[in-house]
Amino acid sequence: MSRPSITLGETPKPYSREWLLSDRPASRHQARLGRAYVIWRRFAENRLALVGLAILVLLLFVAAFADLLAPYNPVQGDLRNARLLPPGTAGYLLGTDDQGRDILSRLIHGSRLTLLVVVLVAIIAAPIGLIVGTVSGYAGGWVDAVLMRITDIFLAFPKLVLALALVAALGPGIENAILAIAVTSWPPYARIARAETLTFRNSEFIAAVKLMGASPFRIVLRHVMPLCVSSLIVRVTLDMAGIILTAAGLGFLGLGAQPPLPEWGAMIASGRRFILDQWWVAAMPGVAILIVSLGFNLLGDGLRDALDPKEAGQ
Amino acid sequence: MVLLRFIVTAATTFLGLLAVTFFIGRVVPIDPALAIVGDRAPAHVVERVREELGLNLPLYQQFWVYLKQAVTGDFGTSVLTTNPVMTDIARVFPATIELATIGTIIGALIGVPLGVLAAVKRGSIADQIVRVIGLIGYSVPIFWLGLLSLVLFYARLNWVAYPGRIDIVYEYTFTPITGFYLLDAIWQGQWDVAWDLFRHIILPGSLLGYFSLAYISRMTRSFMLNELAQEYVVAARAKGLSETRIIWFHALRNAAVPLVTVIALSYAGLLEGSVLTETIFSWPGLGLYITNSLQNADMNAVLGGTIAIGVVFVSINLFSDLLYRTLDPRTRNR
Repeated sequence: MSRPSITLGETPKPYSREWLLSDRPASRHQARLGRAYVIWRRFAENRLALVGLAILVLLLFVAAFADLLAPYNPVQGDLRNARLLPPGTAGYLLGTDDQGRDILSRLIHGSRLTLLVVVLVAIIAAPIGLIVGTVSGYAGGWVDAVLMRITDIFLAFPKLVLALALVAALGPGIENAILAIAVTSWPPYARIARAETLTFRNSEFIAAVKLMGASPFRIVLRHVMPLCVSSLIVRVTLDMAGIILTAAGLGFLGLGAQPPLPEWGAMIASGRRFILDQWWVAAMPGVAILIVSLGFNLLGDGLRDALDPKEAGQ
Repeated sequence: MVLLRFIVTAATTFLGLLAVTFFIGRVVPIDPALAIVGDRAPAHVVERVREELGLNLPLYQQFWVYLKQAVTGDFGTSVLTTNPVMTDIARVFPATIELATIGTIIGALIGVPLGVLAAVKRGSIADQIVRVIGLIGYSVPIFWLGLLSLVLFYARLNWVAYPGRIDIVYEYTFTPITGFYLLDAIWQGQWDVAWDLFRHIILPGSLLGYFSLAYISRMTRSFMLNELAQEYVVAARAKGLSETRIIWFHALRNAAVPLVTVIALSYAGLLEGSVLTETIFSWPGLGLYITNSLQNADMNAVLGGTIAIGVVFVSINLFSDLLYRTLDPRTRNR
């Protein structure tokens, strides 16, 4: 990528390519947009990452307009005429399940539950990890020792097993499944935020802010946390696939969303009884899970390569 | 000093593990006594159960009692099987270990060569294929793949045996000694039993193997790329060594140290994967024990199983850490 040379005195048109790539941004706004543009260019070079992005945009679209897109009611089926129809039957593209419900409609509505799980887990777990990690990294000493021991203990359990035990205690349901997954998800974020914090904890700009009399609270909140966010976003995106798979696993075991909610994992579980003759009832939701978690994995890989070029190609 | 630190780390982690399960079992449920007797039991029954469980004691005393029991291996009685939870776990655990071991062997035997291939032919079609295999492994729900593979390989093709660990025919004629059936059958020279066991384990084993393969091949590729860029590789080429020798004897040997850690970690990961896999394949191991207990609200058994998996998980992690220090001289004296 050739950098256009800019002579002093001659300012490029705002929001043009030259303006974005300028070496001497005139405002904070321009610098930010320019950086975002460079990252986007690097990201867009990766075709697989764009595929991942497309999958997720599609998921958002489907979830937003589920009511308009779904041809049938996802909860109430036509028991008399449409039980266990194979895929491709007129009007039922992906077939129907044992209660005569259109599988496509259920998948479309299920996308909302998938998004709900992913978004809520991210909203709960990422800030917890960010706070624990930055505080522990900045404070050091015994605060660091205690917080990191706690983090290690949570890391010591396999995620799914801990989530299982938690849901068993809390009782099945999608809210409890989300809570359980969030509780098992934050430790890696804390580790990353702490490692990031340690790299610039003793740097000059922090010392400068300290000299100006900023409180530790302000330093962590305004100066440390924002710098940890980008690596955290990458990690959270890469984790999304795992979160979806854990949620589906809990749903499959009957611990997640309860019937008649069209949760994809639970749909596989209900199709298990007919797997030998009516394979599509269990197969279709699995394809949906596979596509969405593949999308998150591709997007996460692409983001990591774009935001952190030194790890690219690994 | 290193050893002391190691022991302290291990001890606090195990203590934390017990604290977490104590919290889940005693604090999270609104009333554990009610969970046992049901909400329609008369008040005096609830009160008696509360006293029996020691729930009227302050929380720290309850935790102390819990710790003392846990150290002696007492995790209560399973409501479902009426055995002590520890006895149950000792009975089912070998099945899980056997399955996870087969899975790791398959994963390592295929994953390492695939990773080496991808690194050597970086950017080629082969590299892309290995990458896609890995990506799908990271993205596919294991229980779904298990169900579909059962339909294909058992119901349609009849290549493998039905879900379970051993044919009902052999269940009464075969007497295992150690609980690791495959080893026992071979040891006793019962080849027909060994073949039957193999037909049962191969599908769930391959499934777990696929998941560890996805991880192992990805890490092997990254380690090998790192090694192949080193100067000693250039030196070996200048000496005129064959490419095969450089790749397999020089580079892979240096990549082997971190690889051992990766394989140990993937083994620990398979313990987790086994929960869902065992449910699909009716494999009588710890995973099936936990999910069966879950369906019956058998909290003692669930938490006992959780602790067992947690302890093995932690032990493997600590062990791989120790192994890394022993194998790589550079990490000593740090």
